[in-house]
Amino acid sequence: MAIHRSVWLLAAALAIVAAPLVIPGLGGEFKGADDLGTDAIAQAVPGFKPWFQPLWKPPSDEVETMMFALQAALGAGLLGYVIGRRQSSSQKNVAGR
Amino acid sequence: MHIMEGFLPVGHCIGWFAVSTPFVVAGAISVKKIIRERPETRLTLAAAGAFAFVLSALKMPSVTGSCSHPTGTGLGAIIFGPAVMAVIGAIVLLFQALLIAHGGLTTLGANVFSMAIAGPWVSWAIWRGLSKLGASIAVAVFFAAALGDLATYATTSVQLALAYPDPASGFLGAVVKFGSIYAITQIPLAIAEGFLTVVVMDALSGRAGKGDEVAFLAGKVR
Repeated sequence: MAIHRSVWLLAAALAIVAAPLVIPGLGGEFKGADDLGTDAIAQAVPGFKPWFQPLWKPPSDEVETMMFALQAALGAGLLGYVIGRRQSSSQKNVAGR
Repeated sequence: MHIMEGFLPVGHCIGWFAVSTPFVVAGAISVKKIIRERPETRLTLAAAGAFAFVLSALKMPSVTGSCSHPTGTGLGAIIFGPAVMAVIGAIVLLFQALLIAHGGLTTLGANVFSMAIAGPWVSWAIWRGLSKLGASIAVAVFFAAALGDLATYATTSVQLALAYPDPASGFLGAVVKFGSIYAITQIPLAIAEGFLTVVVMDALSGRAGKGDEVAFLAGKVR
């Protein structure tokens, strides 16, 4: 029952994310909402300049992508480790968690 | 939901820092207390942080034709209460501000308020409310995570509208404008986050469908 539920929930999440990409009529340029928000401010306030700059910026889009991938990998790795440990300890019927 | 570096007026930056700081301090105290009283939950706490780390790195396409990311803060708020997520969310946002130039140090107070405070508190309130009304754990967790995610983006819209009210339609007009950028885009992603949160909760507890799933993860039952 547990596996059943996880499988269809994952499939539903995947469908929600994939739908705008594959259904014609939906979608668009797929710019980041954060960038669109930034654009809206620049439009509302002509001549807008942020008063502070990031201390460090990834030098290119590729490096930025790497940093996002790194963030996801660190999180997924740790999450997978904890789930794996739980599953193995519950199989051995140990109370540890 | 990231307000970029230097994009809020100085007064707003200071104001949001002033609002968020007590929550982060209270969160740190709460984390310490949880680890002292229930040391066996340390791994679950780490997993809740890891979940926020992964989800907030994933920019997903939405039906509005733009991309946004979930927050992943609902899971920890449901298991450990909203206070701890102020700390975990602040760590995620600091990582992104310093290493990806996403968000910012000057806007950290505002971003912590939306992602690490408003979202988790809404998640927690909905989780508690639906549980009291007798909803099943999976249903309550789904709505808590999804609506907490949405609340974060609604908060960002209000924060930006406060700073940049529309010249013609004022604050409310600006809420609608920023809301159409952030909150509408977020609706399908929030639903996906709700589903994923249930999946990860089941995987972490190994007790899908059992009535004490969340209490087990919180270390309150064995």
